[in-house]
Amino acid sequence: MLKKTTSNSTKAKTPKAETLKKKSSAKKAASKIVELESNLERKTIIMQGNEAVAYGALDAGVNFFAGYPITPSTEVAEILSAELPKRGGVFIQMEDEIASICAIVGASLAGAKSLTATSGPGFSLMQEGIGFAKITETPCVVVNVQRMGPSTGMPTSPAQGDIMQSRWGSHGDSPAIVLYPDSVKESYELTIRAVNLAEKYRTCVILLMDEVIGHMRESVRLPDMANVRVINRIKPTVPPHWYKHYDENQKYLSPLASFGEGYRFHVTGLTHDAHGFPTNKAGEAGEMMDRLRKKITYNIRDLVQIESHQMDDAKIAIFAAGITARSAKAAIAMARHEGIKVGLLRPLTIWPFPDDAVRKMLRDVDTVIVPELNQGQLIHEIRRLTKDKSESDVLSIRKVNGDLITPNEILRKIKEVI
Amino acid sequence: MKMEKSYEIRLSGSGGQGLILGGIILARAAVLDNHKVTQTQSYGPESRGGYSRADVIISDRDIFFPEATNFNCLLALTQEACDKYLFDLRDTGILIIDTTFVKNLALAADNTYELPFTEIAQSELGSAISTNVLSVAFLTKITGIVSDASLAASIALSVKPSFVDLNIKAMKLGFKLAENYGR
Amino acid sequence: MANIPQKIVHQYLRHDKKFPHVWCAGCSNGIILGAIIRAIASMELNRDDIVMVSGIGCSSRMPVYIDLNTMHTLHGRAIAFATGIKMHKPNMKVIVVTGDGDCTAIGGNHLIHAARRNLDLSVILVNNNIYGMTGGQCSPTTPHGAIATTAPYGSIEPDFDICKLAIGAGASFVARTTAFHVTEMQNYIQASMEHPGFSLIEVISACPVIYGRLNKKGGAPQMMKEFRDNSIPQTAVDKLPPEQVEGKIIRGILRREIQPEYSAAYADLIKGVQESAGGEQ
Ligand SMILES: Cc1ncc(C[n+]2csc(CCOP(=O)(O)OP(=O)(O)O)c2C)c(N)n1
Ligand code: SF4
Ligand SMILES: [Mg+2]
Repeated sequence: MLKKTTSNSTKAKTPKAETLKKKSSAKKAASKIVELESNLERKTIIMQGNEAVAYGALDAGVNFFAGYPITPSTEVAEILSAELPKRGGVFIQMEDEIASICAIVGASLAGAKSLTATSGPGFSLMQEGIGFAKITETPCVVVNVQRMGPSTGMPTSPAQGDIMQSRWGSHGDSPAIVLYPDSVKESYELTIRAVNLAEKYRTCVILLMDEVIGHMRESVRLPDMANVRVINRIKPTVPPHWYKHYDENQKYLSPLASFGEGYRFHVTGLTHDAHGFPTNKAGEAGEMMDRLRKKITYNIRDLVQIESHQMDDAKIAIFAAGITARSAKAAIAMARHEGIKVGLLRPLTIWPFPDDAVRKMLRDVDTVIVPELNQGQLIHEIRRLTKDKSESDVLSIRKVNGDLITPNEILRKIKEVI
Repeated sequence: MKMEKSYEIRLSGSGGQGLILGGIILARAAVLDNHKVTQTQSYGPESRGGYSRADVIISDRDIFFPEATNFNCLLALTQEACDKYLFDLRDTGILIIDTTFVKNLALAADNTYELPFTEIAQSELGSAISTNVLSVAFLTKITGIVSDASLAASIALSVKPSFVDLNIKAMKLGFKLAENYGR
Repeated sequence: MANIPQKIVHQYLRHDKKFPHVWCAGCSNGIILGAIIRAIASMELNRDDIVMVSGIGCSSRMPVYIDLNTMHTLHGRAIAFATGIKMHKPNMKVIVVTGDGDCTAIGGNHLIHAARRNLDLSVILVNNNIYGMTGGQCSPTTPHGAIATTAPYGSIEPDFDICKLAIGAGASFVARTTAFHVTEMQNYIQASMEHPGFSLIEVISACPVIYGRLNKKGGAPQMMKEFRDNSIPQTAVDKLPPEQVEGKIIRGILRREIQPEYSAAYADLIKGVQESAGGEQ
């Protein structure tokens, strides 16, 4: 699942792996710690989605976390508050989520790999800061463990209501990279990928989690550290007076200096030129906006990941993300048992939306079903990409009451269409 | 035990009864027995009182949907939980209820085990706090879903060191209660 | 120090792209920038090791002109960004430049928490008693009765005493001066950068174009004269009768104490955790 990336990727250094192993023999006081240690030995263990995010962050090299407690994401902060100091990293509980996103952006510009974790209300508060990270092209990761409802909603119940917010939540039309795991193991993998993509593309990457996956425990065996690919940001090699903070190049992947390395660059949330200085010139403003967009569109193949499950002979396709895709897989198993040809498409990268892959894979099916735990968000993307099909062939299952969409509900819909 | 199909267990009751920890202990024991497992939970925003449930699904194949929908076994520690979930128990499923709180059974199910777990924990172990481990141990012995050794190891890994002895005692008592049923 | 030639200032400015600056004629912001530069120069700090972070406002436009590591952030959030930088690179000197609106309205929460943690930042708060950048709306420091575009009948709100607020929140170095007192300002800035802990310097400054005009203060020179005539040093307060203190700007270092500093405390925590982990082997 973790795509091997060649550019500037480094294998995790062995000394780290060694210390991990050494530590595992140490006696630990609290049960939580026992769990941490045993997982570092990479045996099959039971682990929670939020724990997997925390370990993914550590394995990806995250050394700075700033956050504010909120259900259902708090475990990420709790674990990192214990683990980061052991590795010399920084954990700080800020006064709110606004401060948290700002602190991780500041730390990143000082050279840290930084991450924060939150949920709905906190994610809303972070939107301005996320936009700042995007316009200043500063690597960082925001984990949003989605909970139900607008406002305070139902803090311990699942929903998939932030899919569009994760794309459009910050004002002013910025691009987005958003990843969406469906299991505990994949939460680990996509956390690493989120950190890697943030470093590579110099942007704020969002990991969208379902409450159920954040809190679910599953048997997992994490890959050995030696097999974990870690990407670090490209560093400038030019002398300071040649350095451009937003250097143009073919793929829009430009080197990033840190504060304190002699480059003395300027960062601003104002529209800026290639050096980072504010500009009001239409030409330069347009170039900056283009750059933000092209960074994503020129690299779409590197960014998009999609799982296709039993689609080869499928006449009916289900398009679902996260926990809802698991309901769909269960429904597909039951339907296939009765001879119904149905398959699943599941985006691991939800933004940029996998347009081409979806269009191609849905071309040959008669019907598409889009189950989601919201009042209809993904369905609009699918309708947009299936203009060749009639409205009645692209069906939605929506549910937002705190419960999951069950396999039976999906099976019922499948049977309605045959 | 080799799993042909998924085995679905729901532990239900109210917040503060330790059911989520019970679910974790059961799930971890299943991992120690080399099964695949998912454990999910649902609870109100308050950590005491209110509803609480923990689902454990054990299988040797990939588990897609992680919540129990059609239980092989239901443990109900409160009347409310029993009333709410009883009808999702399979016909052949095993029902275990705590008669300290469950006074009426809406349905006469086969395979029903009725014991006052909370009272037993109170009188035999000195506190209701280990009702969760007591009843989960009883459940594992009745269903045979995990091995005794794995359950003991899981308890040792899952509770604070100072509570291991108490919980192992509770586990043994749970096993003994099950033996009265010939298990 | 006053004898450092003006040339020094020019050595620290970014000439290549960044002029003319955005400030109005007579604005105090340039004076404050000059004082900051002279403080840095007289301390002979390596400018690669200094970061200047600001929020949004006229005063917050300062970083773009000075050749340091610089960051112009979001309205109210400069201290939060600075916290991230300082915690990751504790050896860097972090200067925050912020306005009265930026730091005590939208950013008030970050101010009090950074002060409480006693994180080693030097916060230079440019208090012009108004929202300059957005054209003269009232701020938490607009004096009772003063006119602002959103207080056309005079402000009915009590205004903040920023220094008392900072002291109350736990800041270990707190000082106040005015844009007229440039040497004093430079000295305070230097002292704040030498102080190991959270420091806040409130610089009472002139916005002649907006605040001055709305409140008939005359031009920049009149406002400067007012700062001179209407302020007294803290050391003189006890010697004067109360009626001569009433309504005056009190200048001086109002608090300077050595207290545990946050990034150092965190470094100790790391050391402790790593040692105890090692000890368990
Ligand atoms: C979130 C947000 N709200 C409002 C604004 C608009 N705004 C820009 S500057 C400013 C006030 C600045 O006042 P102050 O901090 O006192 O700085 P001054 O311009 O007086 O130096 C406001 C309200 C903004 N940029 N961002
Ligand atoms: S509006 Fe006031 S504060 Fe802003 S630049 Fe002009 S004089 Fe200075
Ligand atoms: Mg102001």
